[in-house]
Amino acid sequence: MPTISGSGETKNEHQLNKGVWTDNGPPAQAPFNVIGKRVPLKDAYRKVTGEGVYADDMKFPGMLHSRILRATQPHARILRIDTSKAEALPGVRAVVTGADAANRFGVLPVSQDELSMAREKVIYNGEPVAAVAADTEEIAEQAIWLIEVEYEPLEAFLKPRDSLKDVAPELQLHDKVEKKHPNTNIHKAVDQEFGDVEGSFKGAECIVNAEFKFDGISHGFTEPHAIVAHWDADDRLQLYTPQQVPHYTHRALAKVLELPMHRIQVIRTMVGGGFGGKSDPFQHEMIASLLSMRTRRPVKLTMDREETFLTGRGRHPTEGKLAMAFDAQGKLLALDSDIIIDGGAYGSFGVVSAYYNGVLSNGPYAIPAFRYHGKRVYSNRIPSGAMRGHGSVNPRYCTETLIDMAAVKLGLDPCDIRLRNFMPSNTLTPYHKFRITSNGIREGLAEAMRRSDWKSKWGKLPYGHGIGVGCAWYISGSALPIHWNKLPQSTVHLKIDMDGGVTVHSLAADIGQGSDTMLAQCVAEVIGCSLERVHVKSATTDTAPIDLGSYSSRVTFMAGNAARKAAEEIRAKLASAASKLTGQPAQYFDLVNEEVICRTKPDVRVTFMEALHEAQADVGALVASGSYQSPPLGTQFKGSNAGLSPSYSFSAFICELKVDPETGFVQPIKIWAAHDCGRALNPLSVEGQIEGSVHMGLGQALTEQLRYRGGQLLNGNFLDYKIPTPFDTPEIEVIIVESADPEGPFGAKECGEGALAPIIPAVGNAIYDAVGVRMFEVPMTPDRVLKAIEAKKRAEAKGE
Amino acid sequence: MSKRLLKFVVNGRQAEVAVEPHHTLASVLRNELNLTGTKVGCDMGTCGCCTVHIDGKAKLSCLTLALECQGAQVRTIEGLNEYEMHPLQRAFAECGGSQCGYCTPGFIMKSCELLEQNPDPSRQEIKEALAGNLCRCTGFMKIYDAVEQAAGELRKKNTQQPAPAKV
Repeated sequence: MPTISGSGETKNEHQLNKGVWTDNGPPAQAPFNVIGKRVPLKDAYRKVTGEGVYADDMKFPGMLHSRILRATQPHARILRIDTSKAEALPGVRAVVTGADAANRFGVLPVSQDELSMAREKVIYNGEPVAAVAADTEEIAEQAIWLIEVEYEPLEAFLKPRDSLKDVAPELQLHDKVEKKHPNTNIHKAVDQEFGDVEGSFKGAECIVNAEFKFDGISHGFTEPHAIVAHWDADDRLQLYTPQQVPHYTHRALAKVLELPMHRIQVIRTMVGGGFGGKSDPFQHEMIASLLSMRTRRPVKLTMDREETFLTGRGRHPTEGKLAMAFDAQGKLLALDSDIIIDGGAYGSFGVVSAYYNGVLSNGPYAIPAFRYHGKRVYSNRIPSGAMRGHGSVNPRYCTETLIDMAAVKLGLDPCDIRLRNFMPSNTLTPYHKFRITSNGIREGLAEAMRRSDWKSKWGKLPYGHGIGVGCAWYISGSALPIHWNKLPQSTVHLKIDMDGGVTVHSLAADIGQGSDTMLAQCVAEVIGCSLERVHVKSATTDTAPIDLGSYSSRVTFMAGNAARKAAEEIRAKLASAASKLTGQPAQYFDLVNEEVICRTKPDVRVTFMEALHEAQADVGALVASGSYQSPPLGTQFKGSNAGLSPSYSFSAFICELKVDPETGFVQPIKIWAAHDCGRALNPLSVEGQIEGSVHMGLGQALTEQLRYRGGQLLNGNFLDYKIPTPFDTPEIEVIIVESADPEGPFGAKECGEGALAPIIPAVGNAIYDAVGVRMFEVPMTPDRVLKAIEAKKRAEAKGE
Repeated sequence: MSKRLLKFVVNGRQAEVAVEPHHTLASVLRNELNLTGTKVGCDMGTCGCCTVHIDGKAKLSCLTLALECQGAQVRTIEGLNEYEMHPLQRAFAECGGSQCGYCTPGFIMKSCELLEQNPDPSRQEIKEALAGNLCRCTGFMKIYDAVEQAAGELRKKNTQQPAPAKV
C-alpha cells in the first residue's frame, strides 16, 4: 500500500514508507538516515547569498562581448549580406555569418536541421543571421545594425495546416521531411492503430468528441540565455553554458566546429531555470565558440529577454480532434486522436514530441483500443521543442476533458469514472507494452477527494464556484537514449581521499531541481556518512562521466541508481576494512551515522574515518564507478520505443475555483495535488517540484500564450507574456504518494514533470462545474471564458 | 557622452566609479563593482530579479540610472551576508524558497524591506509585498514559508536584544 504524506498535514515530519523494495542495497525495512529527510539543496546557500555563479556573472581577462543579428522576415531568401561597415567599426574584433559554419546540427540524430546562422534563406523571424564580437556589448550592439542584409520574401507558413499541403521544393523549409509526405512541410507523421477502434465506437453506449486548440507557450525561466566561450592557449574550447544536457552540446559542438570531442570542454554554469528550454544544443553556443576561435579571446554572449523568447523550444501550438468511447458503466473502450503540432522552424526534439502526443495517452487509464494520427509540421515560427511534461500535456487536457464530458453524459461522478478506469500496478499496456510497476494513483485520487471534500462540493457549489479533477502519468526517463550506442545512460564516479570528503562526479545537470542534493543523499545513505561530507561535482565534461542530462524526468531514477551502485562498491570496501580492524566478518557490518557497526555485536564498531583510513592502506583514495542502463523493455513495431520508461509517475489533482460570469475571469482558490513519486528522497524538493509544476501549469491554463502578428512575436517580454504572479497563485496542498518503485533508487521515480499536466484539465473541468461551459481552447483567458458563457446563454435562450 | 564620477556607498563601503550617464545601477553593480549577486532577468522592470535597496527602499536596479544614486546608500544581496548570514537568506535555503536561484536575491531584498517595515506580516501581506517578483520554479509557497520563518527569527532576535537607545 502506498503511503501518503505532504505539505498539508505533515509539515516537518516525514513518514517513511516501509514498503517492498527488492533491489540490492540496505534491507527494505531499514529506517533511512538521509533518504526521506527534508534537506536544503546543496547549492542553496550559494544562491541565497549571491555567490552562485551564472554564465553572465563570469569575467575573464580580455573578454569580448557578442551580439547576434536576427532575421526580420519569417521566410526569405538572403540575397546579400554585407558586414564591411560592421567590421570597420572601432572595437569590433570579429564578425561571423552563416558562411562561417556549414555543418548542421540538432539534438536528435534524425533531425540535424539547424545551422549556426542562416545560409541562403531565413526560416523564422528571429533566426540568427550574423554575429559580432567587440570590446564592449555596446559596440557589438552598434555593429550588428551596421550589417546589411537584403531579403527576398518567400511565402510564409504561419498556420500549421498550411504546412500540410504540397509545395514547390524552394518553399520547403528543410531538405528532409516526412517520407510519407515528401512534398510538404510535415516533419514527422505518426500513425498507430491497435485493437478494434471502429467496432468499439460502434458498440459504445457513450461517445464524446471535441476539437481542441492550444497556443504555444514558453518556459519563461528567469535567467536569459547567456554563455562564455573561450578558445584557450592550449587550443581547446572551454564553453561555459547553463545547459540541461551538456553532453549533447558537447557532441554538437564537435560536429559544427569539426573538432574531436576531447578538445572541447563543456562547463555547466549554474542554471537559472530550464524546464526543457535549455536542453537543445544551441546556435548561440556555436556562435560564441566560432567568435572565440576566430579571436582567441573569451567571448561572452548574453541575450536580452526578447531574444530568449525568440530562441524558443517551448510547448508546441497544438490542434487536436479527439474522441473517446465508453460503455454504460463508464468503462473506457477506445481512444481516437488526430493531432497536429506546430514545430516551428527546426526539428529539435520534435520526432519525440510527435510520438509522445499520441502514445502517452495510453495511461493512466487502460485503453483497450487506440488510434492516433499525429503530425508535427515545420512552420516559419519560433522553434518548438521540449517543455516540462514534453508531448503529454496538451493531449492530456483533451482526454481529461472528454472523460469529464462522458461522466456528465453517463450520470457519473468524474472522480468515480476515473477510478473505474485506472490501469493497475504491475501490468503491461496491451500494445506498446509500457511496463507499469508501481502505481499509487488510486490512493492519490482518494486522498485528494478526501482533503478537498469533493463529494460534498462537486455539482453542489453555487453558480460561479466550481471544483474539477485531472489525472496524469509521466515517464521516469526515456528508456532508450537519443544516440544509439552501448554506453550506459548514467555513470557516477566516487572518490574518497584521506580528508574524508566524498566527491561525487556526474554530468547530471543540477538545474535548480536539486539533483546534486539527490546524488549526495543516495551516496550518503549507502555509505552511512553525513550529507556534509559529500561534495558533488557535476559541471565539467573533463571530470564527469557521461550522463545524458536533465530531460525526460530521468535524473533521479537513472543517475540516482548509478550513484547508489557506485556507493555500494565503497560500502563493501569500508565494511571489509572494519572487518580487518575488528576480526568480525565483513558482511555483518552496517554503515550508519558515521560509524561502521557490527550487526551481531553492536559494541564492536569503528568510526567512518577509521574504516576509511584502513581501506586506503596501500591504495590511496578509494574510487568507484556505478552506472545505470534501462532494462530491455517494449515490443517490436516501428516507433514502439517512444514512451518506454523503466517506471511511470502518477498524479491526481483537484482544483477549486471561482469564475466571474460578468468578466470571464477565473480565480483559482485551492489546488490539492497528489503525486506518486515512488519515494520522496527529499520531501522538501518533491513538494517544491509539484508546487512549481502547478504554478507553471496554471500559467498555461489561464494566462500564458505566445501571440504573433504574421511571423512576428508580439509578446516576448514578461509584461505581455503573463506568468502567474503571487496574486494569481492559489494555495497548493501537495499530497505525496509513495508507492515504493521496485527499481527506482530507494523506491523513487520522477516528480518534476508529470505534476504539470493534470492541473490544466482540473481547471477546465472546474470551470464547467462553476458555469457549465466546456473550454476547448487553452489558455482559458477571460475573453474565451466569457465568449463560452455568452454562447451558452444564447443557446439556452433559443431553448436548445 | 562622457563618463561622470558616481560617489555612493555600497554595502557600507565608499565607492567611486566613473559611469556612463545611461548606465543602469544594475550594470554598474554587476560590471564595475563585481557585485554579481544582483541578477538581471528582463532589464525592463517586470521580474524583480534585480531588486536592491536604495536608501532603505527596495528598488529595481535595472530601471534606476546609476547616476541617480549619487550620494545614496545602496545595499545588495551581498550586503546581507556580513559576519553572519541574514535570517532571510538562511530561511530561503532551509524552506526550499530557492530552486534555480536566479530570482532569489531579488525576492530576499524585497522581503527584507517588508520585514524592516512590518516585522510580523500576514501571508496576505507577504503576497502583496512580493507581487512584483517573478519566480518560475517554486510556485511561491516555499518563499512565503521562508519569509514567515525569517520574520519569526528576527522578532525573537529583536526581543532578546535591548532596544537601541533613542538619539
